[in-house]
Amino acid sequence: MRDVAIIGVGLTKFGEHWDKGLRDLIAEASLNAIKDAGVEKLDSFYVASMSSGLYGFQEHLASVTADYTGLTGVPGTRVESACASGGLSVRSAFIEVASGMSDIVMAVGVEKMWDVEDGTFVLSTASDQEYEAYNGVTFPGLYAMMARAYMHKFGLTREELAAVPVKNHKHAVNNPYAQYPFELSLSGVLNSSMVADPLRLMDCSPITDGAAAVILCPLDRAKEFTDKPVKIRGIGSATGPIALHDHKELTKLDAVNTSAKRAYSMAGVNSSDISFVEVHDCFSIAEIIAAEELGFFEHGKGGKAIAEGQGTYGGKVVINPSGGLKAKGHPVGATGVAQVIEATLQLQQRADKRQIQNAKIGMTQNMGGSGGSSVVHILEAV
Amino acid sequence: MSGIVGYGSYVPSYRIKAATIAAQWGDDAATIERGLLLKEKSVPGRDEDTITIAIAAAKNALKRARISPDKIGAVYIGSESHPYAVKPSGTVLIDALGIGPYVHVADFEFACKAGSEAMFVAYSHVKSGNMEYALGIGADTSQGAPGDALEYSASAGGAAFIFGNNNVLAEVLHTTSFTSDTADFWRREYQHYPRHGGRFTGEPAYFKHILGAARNLLDISGMKASDFAYAVFHMPNGKFPLKAGETLGFTKAQMEQGWVVNLMGNTYSGSSPTGLSSIMDVAKPGDKIFMVSFGSGAGSDGFIFEATDKLPEVQDLAPKTRDIINGKKIYLDYGKYVAYRRKILYNK
Repeated sequence: MRDVAIIGVGLTKFGEHWDKGLRDLIAEASLNAIKDAGVEKLDSFYVASMSSGLYGFQEHLASVTADYTGLTGVPGTRVESACASGGLSVRSAFIEVASGMSDIVMAVGVEKMWDVEDGTFVLSTASDQEYEAYNGVTFPGLYAMMARAYMHKFGLTREELAAVPVKNHKHAVNNPYAQYPFELSLSGVLNSSMVADPLRLMDCSPITDGAAAVILCPLDRAKEFTDKPVKIRGIGSATGPIALHDHKELTKLDAVNTSAKRAYSMAGVNSSDISFVEVHDCFSIAEIIAAEELGFFEHGKGGKAIAEGQGTYGGKVVINPSGGLKAKGHPVGATGVAQVIEATLQLQQRADKRQIQNAKIGMTQNMGGSGGSSVVHILEAV
Repeated sequence: MSGIVGYGSYVPSYRIKAATIAAQWGDDAATIERGLLLKEKSVPGRDEDTITIAIAAAKNALKRARISPDKIGAVYIGSESHPYAVKPSGTVLIDALGIGPYVHVADFEFACKAGSEAMFVAYSHVKSGNMEYALGIGADTSQGAPGDALEYSASAGGAAFIFGNNNVLAEVLHTTSFTSDTADFWRREYQHYPRHGGRFTGEPAYFKHILGAARNLLDISGMKASDFAYAVFHMPNGKFPLKAGETLGFTKAQMEQGWVVNLMGNTYSGSSPTGLSSIMDVAKPGDKIFMVSFGSGAGSDGFIFEATDKLPEVQDLAPKTRDIINGKKIYLDYGKYVAYRRKILYNK
């Protein structure tokens, strides 16, 4: 298997793009990445979207992507794994380059979520239709049950839970691509509308339009395109139960744990080597549990550690320097790719005011549903 | 000089508090009040509709105009709640007020900007010399489906403006319109309640058109926000007009007098006209007034007025808008509210 590097990244601003369609977002991010990499052509690409069909009645995204990005003729593949679609598309591109089948491969993720009236319904199709959605449970409800169980078991307070979005908004202030680049106060979280007790509106990631793209090539060719290639040192992917009730433990996410172990094993590093991590904070509680499953904190201690400042600059590990899903935004299919982009920018020393000093190895964790799938990447500056 | 020669407003006495509606649906009243910046809204009585509101407002306008009704050459009522789908509201009004029969009458519809549209056309008639006086009215008994966010704001009320060339109270200095095909809010035939595009009604609809018209108005007039004593914008809720005004450089002090939404809700076609009426109640000679309406679909009409020395003579000749709003109030519980608004069938 060949070593693989990231040589270019491209993003759209995350937010409400009333004047841009799905194809515009794909084209903007893809062309930005192609320009950033300085490549003339692609050998292949992967396009990730959770539900472009339900959001905008457009399937067959490989053709759409090729057509509107000037890539017709290039082989393209749609990748879907709910909110982990983006991460999985990077993994797919990695495999194609690593295998030697192709040299220059793009992974682009997209979601255009503001064009429908009931986005919660679309998102709920990523849960168990027969046992969960059919009975009226939506993702805020599922994660609220996890939060309630965690708070009961480990004594996490409501204020400590609120520290997650407060931190992530603080990070997003310095991210020009973020949907909500402003600070959020503790009282702003605690007084926001109740969504599913104990989760309030400011515990929940938003609805976002956006796209993100990365270009991969063999590491031994990377210097042809950039002085600062970023090596994908480890990848781990795992599936988990589709329904929350089939998790062995409500306060754990086994798929995250398994995917992390695989990535650590492949990379030959452990959590103490990681200086920052982009995790899937779709809800405040998700960041806490994911950070524990990734090995940064002991089970049951992640919430308090983040509340004490261990998840920000100067702490044990910087969690979500981009602002995370909560503040940067969560265009579902684009999220996993955007996480890899943030890690790449940090490792290339291109993160401006949110730059983590001496960042050498970073991690991303992208999750589908309530832990039904998880993809972890470990990236390294070379 | 062409401009407003008579003005007046009317707001029904019935009210329902946002907290009452919130209690019905299990919403958090404080969050709603904070989010919409309004505490209560007016509700039409059982015998009130767009026509009765328009007549009450026009009567007040006639009191201030001090003209014989039969001199009015055109009557336009803008509303999105005309009682009849086919049969004009304006014909009832002219007979009730002794206008006509040599009068041009039309009902206007352009979501929430139908009122300013009526004013715009009425003004154009007198400015062109086509007729001596013309009456433009914005009035509504706005619809909001039970449980919809609109239910907190959709209210009842209206304002009437008689335009002419003699004894002008407020001269029209400039007008503009900003229009595009933007489907942010609509009601198709045979539907009881309008539908809306949620947050799409904000930036790409309300703000784009309000700011588009406002900036053009400032541009063509060569004026800046600080040149005005007052400013009023369409008020779908409390927050939007203040945000639009602040974006343009207007201060809260300039907007407060016309910002009536917190006390009466969004009267749709009557919204910015009612705010203008409230400003006319207190404006002094020489005061410049900035007004921009908004109607979904979407468009904005903009006016710059300058109060003349005739205005103080007539301000007390009819009830003032804020006195009407703050006058007799009868609070309804949710049951009475849905009955008054004919949202349920009942035999009483």
